[in-house]
Amino acid sequence: MNRIIPDPIARQPWGMLIPLFLLVGFGAAVLYSAAGGSMQPYASSHLVRFGVFLVMASIIASLPRELVRFLTYPAYIVVLILLIAVEIIGQVGGGSQRWLDLGFMVLQPSELMKPVIVIALALYFSSLPVGLIASWRSLLVPGAMIAIPVGLVLLQPDLGTSLAIAFGGGVVMLLAGLPLRWFVGAGALAAAAAPVVFFFGLQEYQQRRVLTMFDPEADPLGAGYHITQSKIAIGSGGIFGKGFNNGSQSHLQYLPEPHTDFVFATMAEEWGLVGGIFVIAVFAIILRWGWKVALQSRDRFSNLLASGMVATIFFYIAVNLLMVMGFAPVVGIPLPFMSHGGSSMLTNMICIGALMMVNRWNRNAPRGGIASSAG
Amino acid sequence: MAKLFSGKKRGVRSRGPIVNASTLKNTFDRRSMVIGTIQGGIGVLLAVRMGYLAIAENEKYRLESESNRVNLTLIPPRRGWILDRNGAPLASNRADFRVDVIPERLMDAEATIDSLGKLLELNEARIADIKQEVAQARGFAPIEVASGLDYQQFAALSVRLPDMQGVVPQRGFSRFYPTASSVGHLIGYVGPASEEEYELDRNPLLITPGYKIGKDGLEKQFEQALRGTPGARRVEVTASGRIIRDLETREDIQGNPVKLTIDGPLQDYAARRIGLESGSVVVMDCQTGDLLCMASMPSFDPNSFSDGIGSVEYAMLREDQRVPLRNKVLKGLYPPGSTVKPMHCMAFLQEGIDPEETIVCGGGRRIGNRFFNCWSNHGVVNMGKAIYQSCDSYFYHFAQRVGFDKVAAMAKYLGLGQEFPLPVTSQFYGTVPTPEWKLNKFGSEWQPYDTVNASIGQGYYLTSPLQLAVMSTRLATGRHVEPRLTMNSEPRGFNQVDFPDDQVSYIRQAMSDVVNGPGTAGRGRLPFEDIKMAGKTGTAQVVSLSVSDGRSGPWKYRDHGLFTFFAPFDNPRYAGAVVIEHGGGSGAAYPIARDVMTFMFDPQKGIEALKALEEQWGGTAQQRLDQRYAAYASERGTTVTPPPRRDEDIFDQVEAEARLAAAQSEAIAGDAIAPRPDPAASGSPPPVPEAAQ
Repeated sequence: MNRIIPDPIARQPWGMLIPLFLLVGFGAAVLYSAAGGSMQPYASSHLVRFGVFLVMASIIASLPRELVRFLTYPAYIVVLILLIAVEIIGQVGGGSQRWLDLGFMVLQPSELMKPVIVIALALYFSSLPVGLIASWRSLLVPGAMIAIPVGLVLLQPDLGTSLAIAFGGGVVMLLAGLPLRWFVGAGALAAAAAPVVFFFGLQEYQQRRVLTMFDPEADPLGAGYHITQSKIAIGSGGIFGKGFNNGSQSHLQYLPEPHTDFVFATMAEEWGLVGGIFVIAVFAIILRWGWKVALQSRDRFSNLLASGMVATIFFYIAVNLLMVMGFAPVVGIPLPFMSHGGSSMLTNMICIGALMMVNRWNRNAPRGGIASSAG
Repeated sequence: MAKLFSGKKRGVRSRGPIVNASTLKNTFDRRSMVIGTIQGGIGVLLAVRMGYLAIAENEKYRLESESNRVNLTLIPPRRGWILDRNGAPLASNRADFRVDVIPERLMDAEATIDSLGKLLELNEARIADIKQEVAQARGFAPIEVASGLDYQQFAALSVRLPDMQGVVPQRGFSRFYPTASSVGHLIGYVGPASEEEYELDRNPLLITPGYKIGKDGLEKQFEQALRGTPGARRVEVTASGRIIRDLETREDIQGNPVKLTIDGPLQDYAARRIGLESGSVVVMDCQTGDLLCMASMPSFDPNSFSDGIGSVEYAMLREDQRVPLRNKVLKGLYPPGSTVKPMHCMAFLQEGIDPEETIVCGGGRRIGNRFFNCWSNHGVVNMGKAIYQSCDSYFYHFAQRVGFDKVAAMAKYLGLGQEFPLPVTSQFYGTVPTPEWKLNKFGSEWQPYDTVNASIGQGYYLTSPLQLAVMSTRLATGRHVEPRLTMNSEPRGFNQVDFPDDQVSYIRQAMSDVVNGPGTAGRGRLPFEDIKMAGKTGTAQVVSLSVSDGRSGPWKYRDHGLFTFFAPFDNPRYAGAVVIEHGGGSGAAYPIARDVMTFMFDPQKGIEALKALEEQWGGTAQQRLDQRYAAYASERGTTVTPPPRRDEDIFDQVEAEARLAAAQSEAIAGDAIAPRPDPAASGSPPPVPEAAQ
């Protein structure tokens, strides 16, 4: 339990790790092309970050359960304070900002909140007496735990990240066994509130993005530009793509953000449907592995923790891919393991690290043992 | 899902035995299964969607990607040259640097134009003009900001391009007219295609920056021949429009030249010789029918029009009562006055009148029961004397005798009231009055005074200078010469003999006497021993005697001065007509014909005569136009009304006014006209245009 050195290499989850390495390597190749055929500035830092965060993930993976449980709430409080700090600095500095400059790195606390909310809720529900699962305590406290960071992030304003936090938290609540009709009711309420939120809650540019999703060609040079160009990139790639380093959409800057949000389009243009299927398949493998870890774990905390992490990764993937293919509005959510960007890599590697951690706990736990809510 | 529901139906508040660790684990398993399935479903949806985009819509997106990447720009073809008969250019092209703006791509039109103006040092009137054009433009058509930039300006602009969306600087060719205003009416000018023209001909070339089409005159008439084939340049561009590399370039093919029968130096000389007057000179070649000169002055500078008609320039031209926008050769209509008398004599000869038959002019003659005045008392008059002394009584008498129908038929046969098959945008017919025509038009019977008026080229008679020149050529040669304007058309009409030689030489002699004998144009003699010019003076009255004596007073009321001529008189080589609007009599016209003919036979002598005159006038026609423009712009520059948006409107307006002006003399055709002394010299000099308003 206290071993810092991981178990023998053979016992690592290679079924997930090898596809992940391939995906990151593939991502680096795409970023190499997006930089106009150069390792700088994207591909090399992408690989370096992955290396650094892989080390971090293995450290997370080696954490003992007790320590994790002990650190969970303090971590939640710290991230919450960081979020407030961002808000205050933003207010003082005049103008919104999402990150804290720590000197050695730029930290985006809202990113940290995504895995942290999952762990915190998992801990809360695992500590909650079983009988109270259908009571107000299982709704109000977690509801508040989700609402506070979501509200802070919305203030930034960062719709994409706040949705991701809410989604991760919501999935944990659903899996914790809360009465389904609460979710049905909430869903109905949300559907009723959506028009109100759309017209009064969203910024004008956000409204435009939502409308554009339904008819991108209506304004091809304005709000619909991103989606139109992304679809052109994907569609023009065909089955086998235009070839490595031959993507005109990305190289001639028609594709916006070819190295971050629209990296999938950059990839699809050069590697075609084949590359796209590969990426989707790797994601499927990783998520499937995650679910397996979640289902295999024997205690409630691990169950919820692992499945929440899977949901968080899934949210990134799904929203990003739906967006680049024209099924979702343009929200700034990058594609895990392929997009260039430290914060998203950090979040996703924390998730992977946490899943590996649960996986290790599973291995060490007696198979078939009775799960204990007290851990 | 049904199971999920049934598990939960047990009540919200219930903490009964149903909820325990293992049911929660079951719930977790079921729900995670459902979520996992939904996730898988989304994954499949994404894969299918991608397959749809990449396979089913691949064709469409491949095309869109190509059209993103590749930018096809047309290279405007160099316009074909317009050459004179000797191959000298009347319209050529000059390489230059130019700047256009495309209104729909301008982010902030006002600011962009202001900074362009500063950069290119444009004056304020020009900037205001551009702003107005941009405001009125429909978007796709480029608007010229400036051309003829020097390289420094061009380079300075190119550097700032990233901040100036919609500004298109380029190296190209612009139209150049070496003799400027001398050929303004004849050649016309070029300009960017209007929206209407683009609607009509959806050729993308028309909205290519830097491309101009013919707007008037021969430029418009020969548009298709002159246009040429555009080149094309395919380039790979980034989203911001930066060119990465050339993919392919196809050179343009220059338009075909058009070779005119016009004699460039003669055209220029004649235009300059008109001087301060308003009028036109037409010269034809008697051996080919070539139109050697079709000068109409004052005129506009086609070089400046081709850069866009400035509002100051337009206002100046509009306010000038000598109508610099009207091509007077084709669209000026004037009563021919006595210039038709030789032609009428030819009609008499054809009707069997003996040229030696005389009448007595007693300062006029009784026709029917009314006495009609002659401009003088000529005593006994035969045909020859009737021509060289321009005796009106003779024509009253014989026109009455043969009937004016016969005379009118001759007039039409020799070209009056006719259009000629020439490549010009429009020409006016004019009027040869006949009893039938009068009945149709006014519903009233032909009166004896109508015959009297018409017999001396007054009344309802209206002719254009071109018609007079053709008439003169046909009389001089006795052949049915057709005028031609381009060298690639055949000379026509020479095999058709109109009149027997004896009649032709009789008329020639009489017309020679007008100039070289005891006639009305004694000062019209050519300064050569061996070359004699024949001609006929004409003074056309435009208002009744009670309004003006025709020689002084308001310019508008003065008589037109006309002169038809050919030379040498015994073997005509050149023939033509000079018409000076409101010149105060034929004395304003024939000295011009004399100098033009002098120039034809001895350019050096002609130039000397012109130089002396131009010194009095204050420079060549173009220099005076430029000076006037400068003076006008400094005086009135800020208060002018802008020109119509469409060039077509300008010339429609000019044409309508030309028709109106031609009707001026009709007002006095309701009664007999008191004929003017024909050889009258030009009255007082024409008014200074600025004071004319």
